[in-house]
Amino acid sequence: MLGFRNVSYTYHTRSGETAAVQGLTFSVDKGQFVSVIGPSGCGKSTILSLAAGLIVPSSGEIVCESSEFGYMLQKDALFEWRSVEKNIFLPLEIKKRNTPEMRKKALALATKYGLGEFLKKSPSQLSGGMRQRAALIRTLAAEPEIVLLDEPFSALDYQTRLEVCDDVQSIIKSEKKTALLVTHDISEAIALSDKVVVLSARPAKVVAEHEIAFGKTPRERRENPLFASTFEVLRKELGI
Amino acid sequence: MKKNYSREHRAYLNKLLKNRIAVNLSRFLILAAVLGIWELIAYYEVVDPFITSSPSRVIRTLADLYNEGTLFYDIGITLAETLAGFAIAVVLGYVVAIALWLSETARKIFEPYIVVLNALPKIALGPLIIIWIGTGYETIIFMTVLVSVIVCIMNTLAGFIAVDKTKLLLVKAMGASKATTLIKLVIPASTPALINTLKVAVGLSWIGSIMGEYIVSHAGLGNLISYGGQVFKLDLVMAATFLLCILAGGMYAIVAFIEKKVVKNND
Repeated sequence: MLGFRNVSYTYHTRSGETAAVQGLTFSVDKGQFVSVIGPSGCGKSTILSLAAGLIVPSSGEIVCESSEFGYMLQKDALFEWRSVEKNIFLPLEIKKRNTPEMRKKALALATKYGLGEFLKKSPSQLSGGMRQRAALIRTLAAEPEIVLLDEPFSALDYQTRLEVCDDVQSIIKSEKKTALLVTHDISEAIALSDKVVVLSARPAKVVAEHEIAFGKTPRERRENPLFASTFEVLRKELGI
Repeated sequence: MKKNYSREHRAYLNKLLKNRIAVNLSRFLILAAVLGIWELIAYYEVVDPFITSSPSRVIRTLADLYNEGTLFYDIGITLAETLAGFAIAVVLGYVVAIALWLSETARKIFEPYIVVLNALPKIALGPLIIIWIGTGYETIIFMTVLVSVIVCIMNTLAGFIAVDKTKLLLVKAMGASKATTLIKLVIPASTPALINTLKVAVGLSWIGSIMGEYIVSHAGLGNLISYGGQVFKLDLVMAATFLLCILAGGMYAIVAFIEKKVVKNND
């Protein structure tokens, strides 16, 4: 569905150039949930910007079967001057697909995942977890094939984080979306993904790839004895 | 609902209410004291009321102006000039700010000019404006625009640029063009900055219109002040100043009211 082939990217600023990623190769299959983990500041966000086509690689190639992306960020970035419903319609408006049919689908999605009673409210009236859920429904409203997640849980408190983590995984799975998540949180990556790609410090290179096969939901994974041993393996690979 | 409040909460509400009363009462007392002392100084001729005027003389002057039929004429002229200048400055400032937001290069190019124009005391251009535009009302409106427009541009632009980077990335990732970003995100997100600009522009427009009337006098409150000063009719100066206080305060209050309506929870 989405493949990085020997991709490098270099940032240019007045004070010099920084190789953010170098010779990156990995792939995401259709319907797969892939996490990319790496030390802080290793250029993880760059990978998502590359995948979404916001920036062009310095060298290498990105193969993608779909250009329908949804982007979910660390902060929910809900517009305070719009109701939750209008926030969810935002990608439809921007992509000029604001048809009654698309709106109806988006609303059905919102209602299905428990946002029904909040649609007319202002985002400021929602809890942190609900806001992030609204942000996910907004991401899905324009029916993307691939969802890119940039540490979407890191701004939440621990309890909300576990909740939203479970939420997001089940919603993305049941909507049969392909997902690429970048995070620095090892346990999050194990709990959520079908495959974990471990990156080195900057310039980021692939250190290892792991298929995670045990358990189905994030909760089951966390309770599984394999969780701790997988965690240890990843931790060593990250060099922490 | 009210019945369910605990005693502690009722005491708290009571305290808030008392504080509000104290603030309002103090405000009123200060005004009354200033006016009272002023009136007494004039009444007992501690200082010659010819120099200081007095509240009662101001009221008499206002009554005279009203009887002569020029009171509302002068108010109307100055108000119209100020509002016209204010509206042109705000709209022009907004349009220029949008243009500068669209192009970062344009922003860099024009920055030094804007800084210099902002620092320049506009009254210095008085003689030039009279020669170029004449001595009509349009000169006064031009002066008003000149005084306010640069600050309008700078304030509005600062509001545009301060828009949350995450939100910008979000709409960019959705494939939004610059124009769409402007309409869907930047303009609504910067409403508080616009209101702020309006507030600052209110004050500046009054400066501009009164300054304009000082340099080309026909009618209006600035004209009354300037004329009153020249012929030593300080009652007239004080009366016109008093009217200005009320008008400027009223205009500010209208903007503050709009702010309350528009800016509820803009993040």
